[in-house]
Amino acid sequence: MIKMQEPEKIFETRELNVNMGPQHPATHGVLRVVLDLDGETIVRLTPYVGYLHRGIEKLGESLSYFQALPLTDRMDYVSAMSNNIGYCVAVEKLYGIEPPPRAKFIRTIVGELSRISNHLLWLATHALDIGAMTVFLYCFREREWILELFEMICGARLTVTYPRVGGVRNDISKEFIDHLVKFLAEFPSRILEYETLIDQNRIWLQRTVGIGVISAEEAINWGMTGPTLRGSGIPYDIRKFMPYDAYDQVEFEIPIGTAGDTYDRYRCRMLEMRQSVKIIIQCLEKLPAGPVMADAPKFVLPPKDKMLIITHPVNEIAYFIDEKACKGCGMCLRACPAKAITGEKKKPHKIDQALCLQCATCFVTCKFKALKIVPGGKGQTEEKLVELAAQPVSDELKQAQEALVAHFDFIKKGPKVPEGEVYVATEVPKGELGFYFVSDGTHKPYRMRVRSPSFIHAGCLERLCKGHLVADVIANIGTIDIVLGECDR
Amino acid sequence: MNMANVISPTTVDALIKFGIDVAIILLKIVIVLAVGLLHVAYATYFERKVIGHMQVRLGPMRVGPHGLLQPFADGIKLFFKEDIIPAQADKVVFYIAPIIFMAAAMVNLSVIPFDANFVIADINVGLLFIFAMAGVGVYGIFISGWASNSKYAFMGGLRSSAQVISYEIAMGLSLVGVMMMAGSLNLSDIIRAQGESIFGMYAIPQFIGFIVFVIAAVAETNRTPFDLPEAESELVAGYFTEYSSFRFALFFLGEYIAMILMASLCTICFLGGWTLPWYVLKIFPFLSYVPGVVWFVLKVYAFFFFYYWIRATVPRYRYDQFMAIGWKILIPVAIGNILLTGLVKIILKEVL
Repeated sequence: MIKMQEPEKIFETRELNVNMGPQHPATHGVLRVVLDLDGETIVRLTPYVGYLHRGIEKLGESLSYFQALPLTDRMDYVSAMSNNIGYCVAVEKLYGIEPPPRAKFIRTIVGELSRISNHLLWLATHALDIGAMTVFLYCFREREWILELFEMICGARLTVTYPRVGGVRNDISKEFIDHLVKFLAEFPSRILEYETLIDQNRIWLQRTVGIGVISAEEAINWGMTGPTLRGSGIPYDIRKFMPYDAYDQVEFEIPIGTAGDTYDRYRCRMLEMRQSVKIIIQCLEKLPAGPVMADAPKFVLPPKDKMLIITHPVNEIAYFIDEKACKGCGMCLRACPAKAITGEKKKPHKIDQALCLQCATCFVTCKFKALKIVPGGKGQTEEKLVELAAQPVSDELKQAQEALVAHFDFIKKGPKVPEGEVYVATEVPKGELGFYFVSDGTHKPYRMRVRSPSFIHAGCLERLCKGHLVADVIANIGTIDIVLGECDR
Repeated sequence: MNMANVISPTTVDALIKFGIDVAIILLKIVIVLAVGLLHVAYATYFERKVIGHMQVRLGPMRVGPHGLLQPFADGIKLFFKEDIIPAQADKVVFYIAPIIFMAAAMVNLSVIPFDANFVIADINVGLLFIFAMAGVGVYGIFISGWASNSKYAFMGGLRSSAQVISYEIAMGLSLVGVMMMAGSLNLSDIIRAQGESIFGMYAIPQFIGFIVFVIAAVAETNRTPFDLPEAESELVAGYFTEYSSFRFALFFLGEYIAMILMASLCTICFLGGWTLPWYVLKIFPFLSYVPGVVWFVLKVYAFFFFYYWIRATVPRYRYDQFMAIGWKILIPVAIGNILLTGLVKIILKEVL
């Protein structure tokens, strides 16, 4: 007798294993997602991160607090300003200094501009992923405008490094404010323009409503922050709960969703852009006058006009090596950037005055006080220099020389930071960006750690996508708004 | 011996007549191919310009004045690109897939009447022929997806064949109303019947069929919002992901010819082909001096513009939603339209 076999024994079914990324048009950088598909339904989804890992945290530990600031531009390159601000606020807390009020307001302005530009890029790519191509270009039109505004204040478009520890790099100009006002007047109507295209579009609704639903409780458990959390109905915003910069002096609302799906998160971000405009307008109204860098000489470089360490103009002084004091160690010889110093080992060195840049590097490097600053020595003959150098040093010059050495030390090593640890979170467009520093009392952090919202959001991708279709993976990657630069660091 | 003595004069006459016929057909083929391919080239240019201006940018501007030579630059570039074949691909099938796809699309041009007397093959089952060839084109898509041995291409191929097959049903059914009204499957006859009808074009009495047809035509040619087989954000490029160089160009050509074909079919079956409705001619009698092919081409362009317009406007459907539209909405509506057309026809017969 023929025994009937169970059908599943005859036909073995296997899930289709698809590798999406790291090179894929819709994975927002270099996210790699491995999908197990049953037909088009997702059975398993595993995100792999790390393709853009540059060791920013480790790099930060071998750089001074000043030097690590530009690295934060490269984390979330879509909203570099917000990252800079997060870093600066954290380091300021570690130093125990406060930026002046004007700097706080300027930071709030650029931070919100950065939020708008981030949300524009998010909307652009999210819409493009879902297939609405025109929204992409409309958004880029306005993002370009914001980037031009950034260029106007700091010369850079993406990697700005405009906020500094203790304030901002430079004051904003009248021209910038005029352009910003123009932008703020125009922008709300542009938001309406995007919404005309997709907000009530039937296809858009079908693609986003009920996709990637996550309840408020689960969203908290997964560690979600920012608009991704607010879409589920939790009004948690660090700008309101732990205000930094000027957020405690402006009024704004926290838009929240109800259903926790892709559409609600989209609505949250659209409303957030409007709130950002509101915040910037208030900041411009309240913008106080005053300096833009904190007055804390131990931690913050004073402005350039107050940095005249030599009371004698640079074009009058000359550097000169005292032959008696010089031991011929070669330190200055190696340090000189202009290669103006010549000499053999254990014999007195000489400066070629024609090549000397008056940069003072040799002066600071010399351990034997053999280098002398000679006021009025520029363009003089060798004999005259010897004669001038032999004159007693005035008190004024002595003080200036000490200041010069201190300044050099500050620039080369960075400020010495008191021992301690600090964690400061700021509300970047993507969620809660936290910087954690452990200082052991030296010039560099003992440990630098970044709590990146993108990394945490990428983690819950499987939770959002499971049971949905392949097309929804794209919608979900878009809705959690991740940037791999920040995720991998 | 003289040749004329061997072959009777009637045979010679018949041969000459046959020769002239063949020559005319060959000439027509050359004209249709040349003009058709030129249209494909400039359809891409037109598309980029139209979408560009809708999206506040300029589109191609560099090659030639206003980028007019861009299609040629693209063609030359594609021709000189390296032809990459994946190592694990099924080579023979991989080679012939784009040829099948392109040939199936191109053959259809032979039955399209561009003007009252300009059609390469005036066959009685023109409409069925087009459907049959569109069915053959699916093989090109499907086996290209299979032969590439890539999961993206495979999924694109599967999606595309499912899509084309299911939407072909809706499209076929939407045209049944037209067949019933015209009483013929010959495309020229359909146009003539339309020109003589009271409405001038079937888009008015057959508006349900027209809407179904337009949606199905967009889906059939894999255009937004139904461009799932080549959904860039999901499947990279769908079934032709692994194709490069001129094989890719063949797919590209095939797709645009399919677009031309769908636009022509819409023009023929719903917009009156080369004719103008009588009421328009009554208001503007001088329009009758314009050759019919101009109206035909203008209608095709209008349909093309419509293609681009929706591409710039709407997002993309998801696969399951898209299939649901095809099976749950379009097909029932098209069947309802057939019933309605039949009923109205019977009632009119009874009344008159």
